[in-house]
Amino acid sequence: MRRISINPITRLEGHGKIDIFLDEHGNVANTYFQVPELRGFEQFCVGRPAEDMPVITNRICGVCPEAHHMASVKALDRLFGVEPTPAAKKIRELFYTAFFVTDHTTHFYALGGPDFILGPDAPPAERNILGVVKKVGIEAGKQVIECRARNHHVIQMLGGRGIHPVAGVPGGWSKAVSAAERAEIETIANQNVEFALFTLKVFDQIVLGNPAYLDLVLSDVYHHRTYSMGTVDEQNRLNFYDGKIRVVDPEGREFLKYDASDYAQHIAERVEPWTYLKFPYLKKIGWKGFVDGAESGVYTATPLSRLNAADRLATPLAQEQFERFYQTLGAKTVNGRYQPVHHRLATHWARLIELLYAAERMQELARDPEITSPEIRKIPQNVAGAGVGCVEAPRGTLTHHYVSDERAILTKVNLVVGTTNNHAAISMSIRRAAEKLIQGFAVVEEGLLNRVEMAFRLYDPCFSCATHALPGAMPLMVNIKSQEGETLKSLRRDG
Amino acid sequence: MSLRPKLSVYWASSCGGCEIAVVNLHEKLLKLDEHFELVFCPCLMDTKRADVEAMPDGSIAITLFNGAIRTEENEEMALLLRRKSKLLVAFGACSFQGGIPALSNFHSRDDHFRTIYGENVSLDNLTQVVPRPRTEVPEGTLELPVFYAKVRTLAQCVKVDYFMPGCPPEPHQVWNVMEGIMSGQTLPPPGSVIGAGTSSVCDECARTRATKVVPRFYRTFEVAPDPDRCLLEQGIVCMGIATRDGCGAPCPKANMPCTGCYGSPEGVRDQGAKMVAALGSILDMGEYKGTTPEELTQKVEALLASIPDPAGTYYKYGAAGSILGGKAQ
Repeated sequence: MRRISINPITRLEGHGKIDIFLDEHGNVANTYFQVPELRGFEQFCVGRPAEDMPVITNRICGVCPEAHHMASVKALDRLFGVEPTPAAKKIRELFYTAFFVTDHTTHFYALGGPDFILGPDAPPAERNILGVVKKVGIEAGKQVIECRARNHHVIQMLGGRGIHPVAGVPGGWSKAVSAAERAEIETIANQNVEFALFTLKVFDQIVLGNPAYLDLVLSDVYHHRTYSMGTVDEQNRLNFYDGKIRVVDPEGREFLKYDASDYAQHIAERVEPWTYLKFPYLKKIGWKGFVDGAESGVYTATPLSRLNAADRLATPLAQEQFERFYQTLGAKTVNGRYQPVHHRLATHWARLIELLYAAERMQELARDPEITSPEIRKIPQNVAGAGVGCVEAPRGTLTHHYVSDERAILTKVNLVVGTTNNHAAISMSIRRAAEKLIQGFAVVEEGLLNRVEMAFRLYDPCFSCATHALPGAMPLMVNIKSQEGETLKSLRRDG
Repeated sequence: MSLRPKLSVYWASSCGGCEIAVVNLHEKLLKLDEHFELVFCPCLMDTKRADVEAMPDGSIAITLFNGAIRTEENEEMALLLRRKSKLLVAFGACSFQGGIPALSNFHSRDDHFRTIYGENVSLDNLTQVVPRPRTEVPEGTLELPVFYAKVRTLAQCVKVDYFMPGCPPEPHQVWNVMEGIMSGQTLPPPGSVIGAGTSSVCDECARTRATKVVPRFYRTFEVAPDPDRCLLEQGIVCMGIATRDGCGAPCPKANMPCTGCYGSPEGVRDQGAKMVAALGSILDMGEYKGTTPEELTQKVEALLASIPDPAGTYYKYGAAGSILGGKAQ
């Protein structure tokens, strides 16, 4: 049997490897997406003081430490049985919206965006951030850098550090917001709203205005009907910081709605011997393999799935865009809500709608008089001994679960991380792309290279924060090998 | 062919925060790009391992290597990048001293696998499947890099030219170093720590010290500290006194203790040993004349109990490079 390996796959958070096996007819027999990495937080956090977790678990991901910091501190609220003050909750969410703005922005312009803005068949040499800047203009390029800079400034101001923040404590936040800081953050939030609207306009002109791109979005290469997960408030509106976890079925019917603390009743994780990363699925449905449909427990947790799981968005401009999104993509309304969109490339669009929501929510919080309250923390009076904390990370629902002894020393730690939710779905998308592009030993060379990459990249905004000003070459190597390891053919895409 | 010197940024067992520290140079990135050609950096661009293998030895001017050595793959990449690079910099706490992933050295490999794949509450793994280096699937063999028993620092694996501390290194320090190199500044002797000060975080901390002793320690969840006074003197285990300066003391500024990510100050071999000495001198043992040995022991034990995880506290970022051996397998 012949084998194609892509190693390492690049521009994603962490390490990855893809193996594609061909059968005797030269068609795809199977594909394996492997994660060859393990650091072991779930074990080495055992024995540590619980209150250290927001700082330790930041280091799971340096791109989205804010998400781990937040899930962790929410788990601590429960482990210590303490309700944060209203001001602390608002400061946390304000901090979190700034993080979402910077993360989503740079994903669109730097990581997933190049494939999309320039199109998958643009010359590879142009399919990077420089190409994007050429297409949307140098001013936009500068705006992206400025947007990252001003929001990281907010993250540092509120969280203590620009990377790996420290301000989260059980019961609140370690540092109050001054009047001057509040005013500065409001100005930044206003700029963010303008920038999000500008970005949606860019998407409109370049992607939606081009029938060829729209066809790609709607093509069956990137179509999977799965369950959709996201966090919603009491009115079933999307929320990044807090709420209930809601899962809708492929038709858009509510399948589950649960408190974070009940996650283990609803989610199970499968282990495969050939990858260090586990495969979560919906427990009630069960694991049926790497297949989609209502009978398979595979679900996704992405910007697209979050819009699918919510009935609406809580801010006015983002809600307008939400309506337009579903109407443009032809979603029907059933029981007063849109049916889910399953075109995975639409995740890029969904991400921009979330960007606008984050910016508008940041504006609301920055204008809230309570945000400068000095009542920022409550000191815990006892140790409840267990706590689950959930937030929406840019890449999906993030769960931290801690159990401790009576001194708040950890005895058990379980983490279900953003991308892990999507592990099975990513594997399926890679397989689908490979099947479409390799037939009878004929490999659509450049198409394969890029479309396989696009299949995982759309799930993975994490390394968004990267390429925007380091426009290096982006070559990619794929070796087609016989079962004995002999290289039959090498494909190479130079930057 | 670019004439710019080649730069590579690689992550081994790490989180990507070091890459973000570089990206957070913001507009200065453009200057960095004018001077260097970035040739390898899996998180930012698509150069593959085979491309690096094809480069002549010594052809990369500088490699900023972040992340600890946890797996077989990490070690292979360390050896490869050492061979290809003129200057190899251990960039960030993980590659310098093991970092957070080295907390793993206090646990055995079997414990890790048992917890992660065997016991966690959300697992569905009745048959106790565990990832292994080689797996036969119907289509062929799949391989995974070996998960080593211990995390090692980069220098425990290959020769390192410079060490840059921090989790991650603060962007202004990254810029100081890169700007110095770009302007042709002479580098310090090989083996030096760069991108940091030589003293302790206390020197950069604005809090006031009164050289007073404390009767006990508090954990951070127990008290809201005074924003102006030294945290250690308020009984909070702030690692600043045993930690190298250069970061600008952002954590105490946010009313939280330093957790020691910059490692030990110049001339101090072991950060934890330094911290123990510092704590010894600030602790008020009270009047011990006339107390029985039992009472004294009780007192000491009560004090120690207020720091429940000394190894994980004093060596949070430095377990692999420390004098501690870690848990035997």
